[in-house]
Amino acid sequence: MNNHSYPTPEIIEVCLLAGKLMMQNGAETYRVEDTMSRIASAYGISQSHSYVTPTGIFFAINDSEPATLIRIVERTTDLHKVTEVNSISRKISTGDLSPRAAVKELSEIECGPLRYSNRIQLMAAALASGCFMIMFGGVWRDFPAAVLCGGIGFAAVQYFHRLVKVKFFSEFSASFLIGLLAALLTIVGWGQMMDKIIIGSVMPLVPGLLITNAIRDLMSGHLVSGLSKGADACLTSFGIGAGVAVIISYM
Amino acid sequence: MLAQLFTSFIATAAFGILFHAPRRSLLQCGFVGMLGWLVYYSTTDSMGPVSASLLATILIGIVSQGFARLYKMPVIIFSVAGIIPLVPGGMAYNAMRQFVQQHYPQALELAMSTLMIAGAIAVGLVLSEVLNQIFHSIRFKPQR
Repeated sequence: MNNHSYPTPEIIEVCLLAGKLMMQNGAETYRVEDTMSRIASAYGISQSHSYVTPTGIFFAINDSEPATLIRIVERTTDLHKVTEVNSISRKISTGDLSPRAAVKELSEIECGPLRYSNRIQLMAAALASGCFMIMFGGVWRDFPAAVLCGGIGFAAVQYFHRLVKVKFFSEFSASFLIGLLAALLTIVGWGQMMDKIIIGSVMPLVPGLLITNAIRDLMSGHLVSGLSKGADACLTSFGIGAGVAVIISYM
Repeated sequence: MLAQLFTSFIATAAFGILFHAPRRSLLQCGFVGMLGWLVYYSTTDSMGPVSASLLATILIGIVSQGFARLYKMPVIIFSVAGIIPLVPGGMAYNAMRQFVQQHYPQALELAMSTLMIAGAIAVGLVLSEVLNQIFHSIRFKPQR
């Protein structure tokens, strides 16, 4: 590859956009840093430094250019976008893509529609709740109840999240609804084991992935990322636990 | 047992949809999840949940890396789907519930085991990566 054939600001833009997209959609911290430095070196810049945290990315490539910062406000898990950024970075390292074209493709990914419609996601969450209830030792008689609670809980968390942009509140109210519904179904006689139904139904909400990712980041030396992901996970499980506990304490 | 296999497959594939995994990877996600749950479920009584999670995660990691190479997709797609049944999300929620109900001893106990299991899963993922690297460096060294 010929050295510095592209203007540096363009290269920085590509790196930052790729990093932001990956971090927003649930990639691991080390993978984001790795991808950014690979893209930079594919464009002929051997020295690049990135500092990646869940809420922002710093990136600097040489002494003459100032370091740049990009803020990450919202984080979800969308592995399809991570895959697409990955394949673009692969294309860049084989030298098939200029920075300008790469920026264009990355922005298309950013604005791209969700892979699965809301209805399919809702069905998947409901089905997963029922299956988790069985896996955690529930009985098949409770399957419809768990499916119902899980589906309503997932719909509620999305609805409330659109209503108020506070993550804690939407998780609290969704798990409150789940607890209420599970208690009602048990009283009516549609469900037998209220505890199992609740655990199955909150599974689509609990931050299991976040907990594991947090410890993983801590072990690989990304201390800031690890701690902030851990705090995020604690807050989420606190919201869910509190929501259900309100119901249980009145039972 | 059959019910466990069936439900873990469905649950993992469904989680693949929640995480927006590419459509052509859903079956493989379900398979990885089923495999991990099979190992965990059959060893957890004799080994305890922490070692069982470690063992299951190492296997998940190795299979995921194989799939990632085979289908040219990031490892995270398969490994995340695979560890979903193992992650102590239910336990984290239970611990928080005990805290909120002011049962502090049980809450602390549950929180500690949540951390231990999450740690075991993270160690398992890293370990399988290291094993994979060692394996490839031994296999490909003579050709370089």
